[in-house]
Amino acid sequence: MTPALKHMRRAAGYLAILLVTSFLIFVLIEAAPGDPAEIMLGTSAQLDTVAALRAELGLDRPMLVRYASWIGGVFTGDLGASYTYGTPVGELIADRLAVTVPLTLFATFLAICISLPLGVWAGARPGAVTDGLATIFAQFGIAVPNFWIGLLLILFLSLGLGWFPAGGFPGWGEGLGKAVSALILPAIALAIPQAAVLTRVTRAAVIEVAHEDFVRTARAKGLGRNRALWLHTVPNALLPVVTMLGLQIPFLISGAVLVENVFTLPGIGTLAYQALSQRDLIVVQNVVLMFAIIVIVVNLIVDGLYAILDPRLRTHK
Amino acid sequence: MPYRLKSHRLKPFKNFACVVSAAALIALAPAVSLAAGSVTFGQPVEPAGLDPTVGSAVASGEVTWQNIFEGLVAVDRDGNIVPQLATDWTISDDGLSYTFNLRPDVTFHNGVAFDSSVAKFTIERIISDDSTNGQKAYYTVIESVDTPDSGTVVLHLSRPSSNLLYWLGFPTAVMVEPSSVETNKSAPVGTGPFKFDEWRKGDRVLMSAYDGYWGEKPALDAVTARFISDPQAQAAAIMSHDVDVFGKFEAPELFANFKSDDSLTTHVGVGEMEVIAGMNNQRPPFDDIRVRQALMMAVDRPTLIQGVESGFGTPIGSHFSPASPYYVDLTDEYSMNLEKAAELLAEAGYPDGFEFTMKVPTRSYATRSAEILQALFLQIGVMAKIESSDFPATWIQDVFKDTNYDMTIIGHAEALDIGIYARHPYYFNYNNPEFDAVMHEIDAAVTPEARAEGFKKAQKIIAHDMPALFLYSAPKLSVWDAKLTGVWENGPVPSNDMTDVRWTQ
Repeated sequence: MTPALKHMRRAAGYLAILLVTSFLIFVLIEAAPGDPAEIMLGTSAQLDTVAALRAELGLDRPMLVRYASWIGGVFTGDLGASYTYGTPVGELIADRLAVTVPLTLFATFLAICISLPLGVWAGARPGAVTDGLATIFAQFGIAVPNFWIGLLLILFLSLGLGWFPAGGFPGWGEGLGKAVSALILPAIALAIPQAAVLTRVTRAAVIEVAHEDFVRTARAKGLGRNRALWLHTVPNALLPVVTMLGLQIPFLISGAVLVENVFTLPGIGTLAYQALSQRDLIVVQNVVLMFAIIVIVVNLIVDGLYAILDPRLRTHK
Repeated sequence: MPYRLKSHRLKPFKNFACVVSAAALIALAPAVSLAAGSVTFGQPVEPAGLDPTVGSAVASGEVTWQNIFEGLVAVDRDGNIVPQLATDWTISDDGLSYTFNLRPDVTFHNGVAFDSSVAKFTIERIISDDSTNGQKAYYTVIESVDTPDSGTVVLHLSRPSSNLLYWLGFPTAVMVEPSSVETNKSAPVGTGPFKFDEWRKGDRVLMSAYDGYWGEKPALDAVTARFISDPQAQAAAIMSHDVDVFGKFEAPELFANFKSDDSLTTHVGVGEMEVIAGMNNQRPPFDDIRVRQALMMAVDRPTLIQGVESGFGTPIGSHFSPASPYYVDLTDEYSMNLEKAAELLAEAGYPDGFEFTMKVPTRSYATRSAEILQALFLQIGVMAKIESSDFPATWIQDVFKDTNYDMTIIGHAEALDIGIYARHPYYFNYNNPEFDAVMHEIDAAVTPEARAEGFKKAQKIIAHDMPALFLYSAPKLSVWDAKLTGVWENGPVPSNDMTDVRWTQ
């Protein structure tokens, strides 16, 4: 089999996964009770008004027709129009991604900056005081929910010291400083649980790799403890850390839903939450499908990173 | 080759220090400052669209009514009907035709002039067959609209309707410009003192003063509406002065914090929302009036209000807001009396009580009320199981539409909505022809006295029949910056009218 054929088969496989996923999403959301038209009109609407709105939104068409028109639109780049806002879903999602993508990248960056040094520090000398401190941090970070950390940050840093706005997002147009300062506290709240998990994984990986033969050999050849740690142990310990980072992406997204609500950020998380409670089904379908695509893409990237980090995988092309 | 141990040992910590100092630098970025002459108000629910004549008007009216959009008449802060785009009007003796004289020299924000053709278009659109106006029912009494000249509009009614003028002042009947109706949902065009600038969905709506406004110029240059659903986040935004006005604060337990803050003004107003425990009047044992009355007599309303609303709120004995001039206090009719309640239950054939399910919408006032009611009902041996129902989606389908429930708890927010008990079908499954007749009398009343008399009669009938347990009238908790004046204290219409708001310093 040629490599090109192999890639095509792989791509077709992913496409099939997405199609099945999209159908499952559609059926599950359809099965949930609640009618968008009724919710939009409130409890004093007349039956003929509800019927008129259902017709306007195209909800009176059979289920399979609606699925086909949605998924057909997805392939041609038209995600449909939001029932509640009336604007194209694509625009709506793009606006929200401009908040959520920087937020999650910022949080991931913070999590790596905290967890890598801390995990290596702890793993380099297991049982030392530094290890104990890192373990306490990890326990705390895993045990405490991110929205509660968010509330504490608001209480002390926004209301107490007045360093940051207490929530909301001024928009990128109002200047980088204002926008970034609105994202700092949410990013910290989102990063701490991630950092805790990554610290644990890094620590365990460093301890394990430190006992490998090649590290002992390096030390025997006269390499100092720190040099051996940074040149041999850490690069080889990164593999499980990267795996975990990939696995954490879905948690980061679900965490963003809560954190964005606490900080009233107009991100994809608040959009998903609001659309679901309003039964803005077309928005929910597209957002959930996008989450599925993100998870698949992240897995692909992580697979690719393995090859870079672990030369052994490169030989089996 | 010799290794330079010391410098390498420092490396990880150097990196760490870099990150920390970078974070500190970002932290020094200036906090949001307030431009002079602008006000930000907060509200819990983001509207689905900004056109109150489409869909449910509550959240869209809270942003746009009186700020962007205006009606022929308006309801003022005291609940009175006042002229707006109509300078005056006359009602024929038979109550069947309303003639409005329109204000000249009014322009929409897009430059189009307001005249009788616009008024005719607006009203015909509300009552048309494909109308998606959530309150259409209140306007269908209008049969036709005449425009004898560009400054006059005449409404012809199929029967007298004493409520019509009120509903013409409501956000659902604001005047809309024909060429803008397709886009009003996302970019509203009205005649009000502020024009729409931008909607950052999920976050805020920006408005600024309209130079061509027909009336007195507002004091503010710019107004922003912000949408904050989480009560903790609402409180944080108020205390940090990120939000200047919050007209409908939803967490009474946090409200006390504001009272001790000198930079804030608080007001406990009377709202229009009645919190009631509706029952399925056709399903046993709730089909027996004695059972419904017995349950009411197991309830101590002040205890409930303390637990649910931290004591803010007024007990009610019927479906009517104490703020209304037509209100009658009927709380003594079936006030707490456990002995009598037990007697009534025994008479109805349930000496040992019974079990049922409360389907409770996922709203904090409702879940709290349910838990307290559960404890109160136990006093007379009635066991309530609590089942949570996702609001609005599941609740509307399951309880409101399919009436597949025993008892539920919900707040009815519309003004003068006692008429719901004369709707068939409606989720109570309550049917009393005597009550229906009274509602017709009210509609046909031509004198204010006859109307008041009708509302009093209606309140008494349902206070006795008890299709729902009447619990309390929810407060309108509002809080705003102490340096602001002109904010509406009460809420006769769900709104955030910023026309008269100004900074005193």
